[in-house]
Amino acid sequence: MSKPFAITLDVGSSLANHTGSWRTERPVYVHRLPPCNDACPAGEDVQGWLYDGEAGNYESAWRHLTRDNPLPAIMGRICYHPCQTACNRDELDEAVGINSVERFLGDQAISQGWQFIKDAAPSGKKVLVVGSGPSGLSAAFHLALQGHEVTIRESAAESGGMMRYGIPAYRLPRDVLDAEISRITNLGVTIECNSKVESAESALEEGFNAVFLAIGAHIGKRAYIPAGDSAHVLDAVSMLHMTAEGDPPLLGRRVIVYGGGNTALDAARTARRLGANEAVVVYRRNREKMPAHDIEVNEAVDEGVIMRWLSTISWVDDGLVTVEKMELDEKGFPRPIGEFETLEADSVILALGQDVDLSLVDGAEGVAIDDGVIQVDNFLMTGRDGLFAGGDAVPGERTATNAIGHGKQAARAIDAWLRGEKFVHAPRPALATFDRLNTWYYSDAPKTVRAKLDSVRRATNFAEVVQGLDEETALFEARRCLSCGNCFSCDNCFGVCPDNAVVKIGEGNYEFNLDYCKGCGICAVECPSGAIDMEPERS
Amino acid sequence: MLRQIEGSRAVAETVAACRPAVICAYPISPQTHIVEALDEIVRLGEIKNCEFVNVESEFSAMSVAIGASATGARAYTATASQGLLFMVEPLYNASGLGLPIVMTVANRAIGAPINIWNDHSDAMSQRDSGWIQLYAQDNQSASDLHMLAFRIAEEVSLPVMVCMDGFVLTHAMERIDLPEQEAVDKFLPSYVPRQILDPNDPMSIGAMVGPEAFTEVRYLGHVKQLQALELIPGIANEFEEIFGRRAAGEHDADGLVTTYRIEGAQVVLVALGSVIGTMKVVIDEMREMGSKVGVLGITSFRPFPLDAVRNALGKVPKVVVVERAFAPGIGGIVSSNVRTALSNIPVSIATAVAGLGGRPITRDSIRGIIERAFDDTLPELTFVDLDVELINRELERHREQRRSGPMAENLLRDLGSR
Amino acid sequence: MSTQLKFYQVGSFAVGNRLIDEADLPEQSRSSRANSLTSGHRACQGCGEALGARYAIDAAMAATNGKLVAVNATGCLEVFSTPYPETSWRLPWLHSLFGNAAAVATGVAAALRAQGKSDIRVVAQGGDGGTVDIGFGPLSGMFERNDDVLYICYDNEAYMNTGVQRSGATPPAARTNTTHAIGPNPGASFTQGKNLPLIAMAHGIPYVATATVADLHDLEAKVKKAMTIRGARYLHVLVPCPLGWGSRSEETIKLARLATESGLFPVFEAEDGEVTATKKIRRLVQVEEYLKPQKRFAHLFGAHGHPDLLNAIQAIADRNIAKYKLCDPIEAEADHE
Repeated sequence: MSKPFAITLDVGSSLANHTGSWRTERPVYVHRLPPCNDACPAGEDVQGWLYDGEAGNYESAWRHLTRDNPLPAIMGRICYHPCQTACNRDELDEAVGINSVERFLGDQAISQGWQFIKDAAPSGKKVLVVGSGPSGLSAAFHLALQGHEVTIRESAAESGGMMRYGIPAYRLPRDVLDAEISRITNLGVTIECNSKVESAESALEEGFNAVFLAIGAHIGKRAYIPAGDSAHVLDAVSMLHMTAEGDPPLLGRRVIVYGGGNTALDAARTARRLGANEAVVVYRRNREKMPAHDIEVNEAVDEGVIMRWLSTISWVDDGLVTVEKMELDEKGFPRPIGEFETLEADSVILALGQDVDLSLVDGAEGVAIDDGVIQVDNFLMTGRDGLFAGGDAVPGERTATNAIGHGKQAARAIDAWLRGEKFVHAPRPALATFDRLNTWYYSDAPKTVRAKLDSVRRATNFAEVVQGLDEETALFEARRCLSCGNCFSCDNCFGVCPDNAVVKIGEGNYEFNLDYCKGCGICAVECPSGAIDMEPERS
Repeated sequence: MLRQIEGSRAVAETVAACRPAVICAYPISPQTHIVEALDEIVRLGEIKNCEFVNVESEFSAMSVAIGASATGARAYTATASQGLLFMVEPLYNASGLGLPIVMTVANRAIGAPINIWNDHSDAMSQRDSGWIQLYAQDNQSASDLHMLAFRIAEEVSLPVMVCMDGFVLTHAMERIDLPEQEAVDKFLPSYVPRQILDPNDPMSIGAMVGPEAFTEVRYLGHVKQLQALELIPGIANEFEEIFGRRAAGEHDADGLVTTYRIEGAQVVLVALGSVIGTMKVVIDEMREMGSKVGVLGITSFRPFPLDAVRNALGKVPKVVVVERAFAPGIGGIVSSNVRTALSNIPVSIATAVAGLGGRPITRDSIRGIIERAFDDTLPELTFVDLDVELINRELERHREQRRSGPMAENLLRDLGSR
Repeated sequence: MSTQLKFYQVGSFAVGNRLIDEADLPEQSRSSRANSLTSGHRACQGCGEALGARYAIDAAMAATNGKLVAVNATGCLEVFSTPYPETSWRLPWLHSLFGNAAAVATGVAAALRAQGKSDIRVVAQGGDGGTVDIGFGPLSGMFERNDDVLYICYDNEAYMNTGVQRSGATPPAARTNTTHAIGPNPGASFTQGKNLPLIAMAHGIPYVATATVADLHDLEAKVKKAMTIRGARYLHVLVPCPLGWGSRSEETIKLARLATESGLFPVFEAEDGEVTATKKIRRLVQVEEYLKPQKRFAHLFGAHGHPDLLNAIQAIADRNIAKYKLCDPIEAEADHE
């Protein structure tokens, strides 16, 4: 059939017309740093592993997560999740429950028996890690994966550091702790318990190519408190340690805890579980100024712990504690106002912070100590070549998550150092801020609230307080992730282009066909996660 | 099959025998009897696989036909007068797209003043629409021309309008030889479109064409008309072979023109449509009296058969074109076409405008025209049987008074007061 | 819990989702989509009509398994898609005139019926001018006859192809080149309007719906539903026009969304003349948020603005919200306190 001239045309012939020449701006796919990733002290690619988790690929999500942090089941319980504080979704409804998904993945890994896979060939280098707390375990894990032979020496009877001896079992069940530690020892990491390293110097001389000091801060601070002879005063670190060892101290029916950190609350809650009818936390400042995390305070109050703000202990004697009331000055410092009150107390637990046991670096050449902690450079190396330190023993926030981050950083630095190089950080992408999101596209869905044990029941034993998510709720929670700054294969760009100039080349992978893209910018505006930028076209 | 039958009914039955697939209808006198009959025929199931669509305007009637034709369906509609004007836009579209739609135009005057009676103003206004225009002299040719129309339309892929005088033919009972279905099927093969809306072979029809190709598209439309001019005589011969008669008039009718007693004629009338019948009677009478007079009927006005007209009239000294329409401000429409055919030939050509708005063209009127032609008293442009007194009175009113009132009503009042 | 499993971070609103079943994916998320209107067309940057047409026709193609014929009224869509020697259409497509798309489609449908090819379906499409104004008669005729045609109006609220003149669908106060923003009542006058979806419903045809390019899922579902029904169907799609509205090319979808979320463009569907479903406003906004990014309403704002006209437009939105029950009562009240 010969078609009539000009008025009848062959279908699709406009492909010959390359409208891309109209363009003054071109779209480009970008990867921005999601705020959760940015905020994670352990450097987890949170958005990345949630992406895997959303699809129900729990094992790949777990593997993605454990690239940075080998202890998800633990961290899913005890991390104070700064990722959630930073989460953009909080501006929309409520932050994604990242922590609970992390725990779910960690628990899945334990129940499924997933193990780490070691690819690297043996390096022939030996590294000693001193301390088996979170930073030590984290460093050992990364070093082992890099092919190094790792030995951990632990002074205590069992591994885990503060995770075992500081954090009560109702927050971190010991089987979980054991499971995640054994997965690391399965990589060939040797843990020597009851093996206190007396001198870092001698360890280096022993034939280790590098030493990482992950010794933590285990000495409870003892402030001077006037006290009578029969006063029953003990420190929180010891009290928690003894409890963890199955030999809890006798505290009596009325316990006062002095301090405002998380440890104070751990102590108070533990005291309740040990039989105290009354556990009172006495703190010099008010709730806003309290360093303990809200979630800990809330759970403690739920369990019947009494909070006594703006109070300081001025005298302790047998069965009685005198407290002085305080007020905050303009700068927020507490000062006594001369009003006193007497409380009944069978024992007083001091939770005033912890000090580092620095005996092993006493007089070590090149090792600087300042403000009670070991000084390190940007690569966590002390002034002594091959001697690294991290976690609570060096300056920084004292959280397990931060310690895990230190462990990873130290491992990278040690690995580079062992090869005679310096570790180079990958450039940090710009932050994926909330204003770059097109939140219209996200379904409305508040966070799944983790079921909590009935607080009354919980206060009397050491069963785990916060329950995990089941699969459905974990999946639901993972899918609340906005994938800030990163493409998550929603096909919006592919769909909204009026010129069909977006080509799909596999899941999560798109290309702009610049032959036809007119540069209208709809794809960039309608991208939910802000993963498309418009850039001026060069002539 | 010979039957005494109304012209409209004859056309309807012939159209039905042509197996149209889509018929769209909108009522306007004097075309209505045709579509009324077709509705009945379709409902009786006498046409297989045919959709009869009652539309809400002529604009839509032609549009429905366009859609149907572009989908490969043989499409038919009928209209007249105002209706034809209301479908002018799709009319041009149909020819521009080269869609072989066939339409009956029951010729009728155009208002204002509104007038339902016959003349050729409607069809003549669309002479440049790109449609082929065939004019029927009587109801036999009206019927036959529809078969020819479908055949020609589909051969060259252009729409064809068959023009038949409103009332004079549409409402006249005559003895007509209606075609047998078998013969029609032999004459008219099934429609094979040049372009079709088909999901198995998609194409875009109706593109916007700019200066770079518009002239060529238009020229190709002209070429198709010229191709039709070539093809029509052959198709007319085929028609005679099958049906045993000429399709449109006398023995020499070739589908383009038809002549009657023009041998040695001193005066030849040129006309379209049913007036030729009256003319033949007058010519017979005058030939009896020794006047050498004949008539040339034009069947195909578009394409215009320049050669056939030139051959027929080349040796005739006096030609009078009798027209049932005219172009205000200049005069004859058909005559200007005849003049083109006879250019460089020394012949006197006059235009006689007659029969507007249904005024009868009587034998006396025709005789008068011929006699004046012989006497050389016929002006180049004359309006036959014009009531000069009535005109003068109205013109006087205009001179006297700016607000002289509506012309048509004035004239009627004058007529009544006579 | 099983319902929560259906929750996807972008499940209900984005074009696609890697997590849902292949069968539930919208057409526009598939690489195999028809691309009925393919690349290389000459629509302006950010053209809502180009987008709406591809959304709608691709969905219809999917619903009919590619057995579809389209008839197009004169207008932007026709001009930018088929200038000789190139066409962007990939299905059988016919353009006849400005005002006759519905009637031509009737002819196509009649022909297909006569040929016994009723499996091939017919879509007619045009802009608001070709639909509510010049093509209204044939459209009404097609409705009245209940011809088997889906008519889709891509409403950009003025004659854009001819250079932005007022149509029967131009909203009050909008500036066009025949309703200049001059004088005491600048822009288009506050007329009775010509609500074609309601007029279509008054014909009692089996299916009438409104949609926008901002909600692809809704649009596709409506097209697909329409294709399950025989008889005359009408779909009215709001398609913002950056040129005529004086809006930024990248805001085409956003504006369509705001039109809905402000209540100015109610999204609903009706069967046999009765409204059967209404799309609730999800995040109610004041009309100002919708109007402000559009230069055609610029005269309403600023020091020499017209708050009275703005209020009158808000009143229209409020009436729509009440009439179509676009908000849950509590929410609506809260926002208007």
